[in-house]
Amino acid sequence: MRHSAALGFALAILLAGPAQAQTAGGGVKIGVINDQSSIYADLSGMGGVEAARMAIEDFGGKALGKPIEMVTADHQNKPDVATSIVSKWYDVDNVDAVFDVPNSSVMLAVQEIARKAKKLVVVSTGATSDFTGKACSPFGIHWTYDTYAVAYGTGKVIVEQGGDTWFFITVDYAFGHALERDTSAFVKSAGGKVLGALRHPFPNQDFSTYLVQAQASKAKIIGLANAGSDVINTIKQAAEFGIARPGSGQRLAGLLLFDSDIHSLGLPTAQGIVMTTGFYWDFNDETRAFSKRFFERRKAMPTMVQAGVYSAVQHYLKAVQALGSKDSLAVASKMKEMPINDFFAKNGRIREDGRMVHDMYLAQVKTPAESKYPWDYLNILKVIPGNEAFRPLSESECPLVKKG
Amino acid sequence: MPAGEEGLTGTLTPSLYLSPACGGGKSGGGDCQGRTNSASHVFEIFGIPSQALFSMLLLGAINGAFYAMMSLGLALIFGMLNIINFTHGAQYMMGAFAAWMLLNYAGMSYWAALILAPIAVAFSGLVLERLFLRHLYHLDHLYGFLLTFGVSLLIEGALREQYGVSGQPFQVPESLRGGVNVGFMFLPNYRLWVISASLTVCLAIWYVIERTRLGSYLRAGTENPVLVQAFGINIRRMITLTYMLGVGLAAFAGVLAAPIYQVSSIMGANIIPIIFAVVVIGGMGSIMGSIVTGFVLGLIEAFTKLIWPEASAVVIFVVMVAILLVRPQGLFGVRG
Repeated sequence: MRHSAALGFALAILLAGPAQAQTAGGGVKIGVINDQSSIYADLSGMGGVEAARMAIEDFGGKALGKPIEMVTADHQNKPDVATSIVSKWYDVDNVDAVFDVPNSSVMLAVQEIARKAKKLVVVSTGATSDFTGKACSPFGIHWTYDTYAVAYGTGKVIVEQGGDTWFFITVDYAFGHALERDTSAFVKSAGGKVLGALRHPFPNQDFSTYLVQAQASKAKIIGLANAGSDVINTIKQAAEFGIARPGSGQRLAGLLLFDSDIHSLGLPTAQGIVMTTGFYWDFNDETRAFSKRFFERRKAMPTMVQAGVYSAVQHYLKAVQALGSKDSLAVASKMKEMPINDFFAKNGRIREDGRMVHDMYLAQVKTPAESKYPWDYLNILKVIPGNEAFRPLSESECPLVKKG
Repeated sequence: MPAGEEGLTGTLTPSLYLSPACGGGKSGGGDCQGRTNSASHVFEIFGIPSQALFSMLLLGAINGAFYAMMSLGLALIFGMLNIINFTHGAQYMMGAFAAWMLLNYAGMSYWAALILAPIAVAFSGLVLERLFLRHLYHLDHLYGFLLTFGVSLLIEGALREQYGVSGQPFQVPESLRGGVNVGFMFLPNYRLWVISASLTVCLAIWYVIERTRLGSYLRAGTENPVLVQAFGINIRRMITLTYMLGVGLAAFAGVLAAPIYQVSSIMGANIIPIIFAVVVIGGMGSIMGSIVTGFVLGLIEAFTKLIWPEASAVVIFVVMVAILLVRPQGLFGVRG
């Protein structure tokens, strides 16, 4: 009997949570797939779904004379779960375009499914710059940011200020690898040195072992190439161990942070962090107007990727309406032809590699004293023009880009 | 923003990087000074600097402390109730959440929460046991397992819906801030407290079960409940109390974990697979086995983080597979 119990215990370890999707027929149909239960659920998750829903409502709920339908699913950060759901959406459920798609491993897998199915995928939360680099596709569009843009914004500034030796704590999957690679490139080209890197499993809870090794490296900058709860726990535990405290000669650099992470850490712990973001809710009247509507529904301000989902869905619907068809390639080229002008982006445009180019923002987290009202978290230090923030086409590895 | 007010730093001037200070520099300015600068004492073991090795092992033992407390509770529950308590991770998380709520809504201190939160969660265990689990003792393990798995999904889902996944900030209590220089590394006082609290609790429970009359009833009840009942001992009450004790232990571990990790709905789901592996390796129902295995696996995991960090998430399961092949009843388990 003890043996069968051992088996039961072992089986217990393998169990995983569920996924779901609703279906129906006709008209334009979009899918939103993201992490609704695991470590990226706050920064994307149901907030991303809500943003897509708002975009459809604001569009009037109809396109090509028929109601717009939406399906949603939780991929739990598992590429296998994501690919089976998205394959079914494209092939069986007649979904025309899939949005959000956090997790770089998932986004690269979905890119290939979309390419085969000849359907669109518009990524907001997923990060890797390979999506519009060597893995680019005529069916894939990358909306909000990528690892190149945040590395350019944050990494470059830190090196320019004298942070010229780096040690990375990197999450061990496509996202972390891309972020570490893109940041290292800026560090090296600015004359800095990368002393080492540690890869941690995804997701991870205890970062003390990594932090202690990073501290021992004596690098001036400990670069955190991870996200969501992983980066929150790293920052929190660094504070606990007195690592990178003022005067120690070491600093942490959070390479990808979202408003939801700062909200969770609290300003006393997060203050002073420099970060690069594609959107900030409190930037101007337009962003505030959208964000307050979003807040009514979600009780949280939108992160850059949630705002990005809204913008992407709206732009897609406008292109479909303008074209009078939902043919994937035709819609994609219409989307690339039309400039993006909304609360999210001014004169944004989608390049032939699928990269949506818009201004990025270099920001710093406020001190508790500077913060005047709830969610008042960031000082925008600088607007980084889009054509500077994103990888130039001349350096592109994308086969779709014609080199002159 | 709840609970962000009394923060870790407070006096920090913003710089152009993230600059968290060490754990609350109020107590005399002496804390946080403990940087490792004893470079002259460094020697190498297996090609690894001794300093790195010792700090990894110490940190591993601290993680092991959590594994030990959690797997001890699981082993107790399995030994007495014959139930694979999959709710254990959720109960660990509930402990952290209960403490967070006591601090933020009731304004209690960490120390009060450390006592009250496990008691509160233990009583939720009482309800679970009386309402559901007691119907399943005589059935196959699978039923108890499925029920507790379902319950944990419900609890985690409800808290996720309410509080999200990023977690609530939970500060290290004032009296445990700062740290000591132990020669090869800076060790936060709080981690020191975690390992001593865990060792004390684990050994106390081992003593009660193995060396006292109450414990002998318990052990006898596991062997032959009918006979023990015939001696006039209320075995049903003992079963309920055992479940409450196991659950309370998980919650206690959760409160200890709260200042280290963010208090979030997914913290239990992250730790539970490891705990199950620890129990399988140690042998179900063995008290000392769970404690020792918990600490040893913490060490193995830490050592892996040093030599091959990518593998640290799987090393425990590799050990589990190896042990199951050689000794299916686990290292300390007895054949049933």
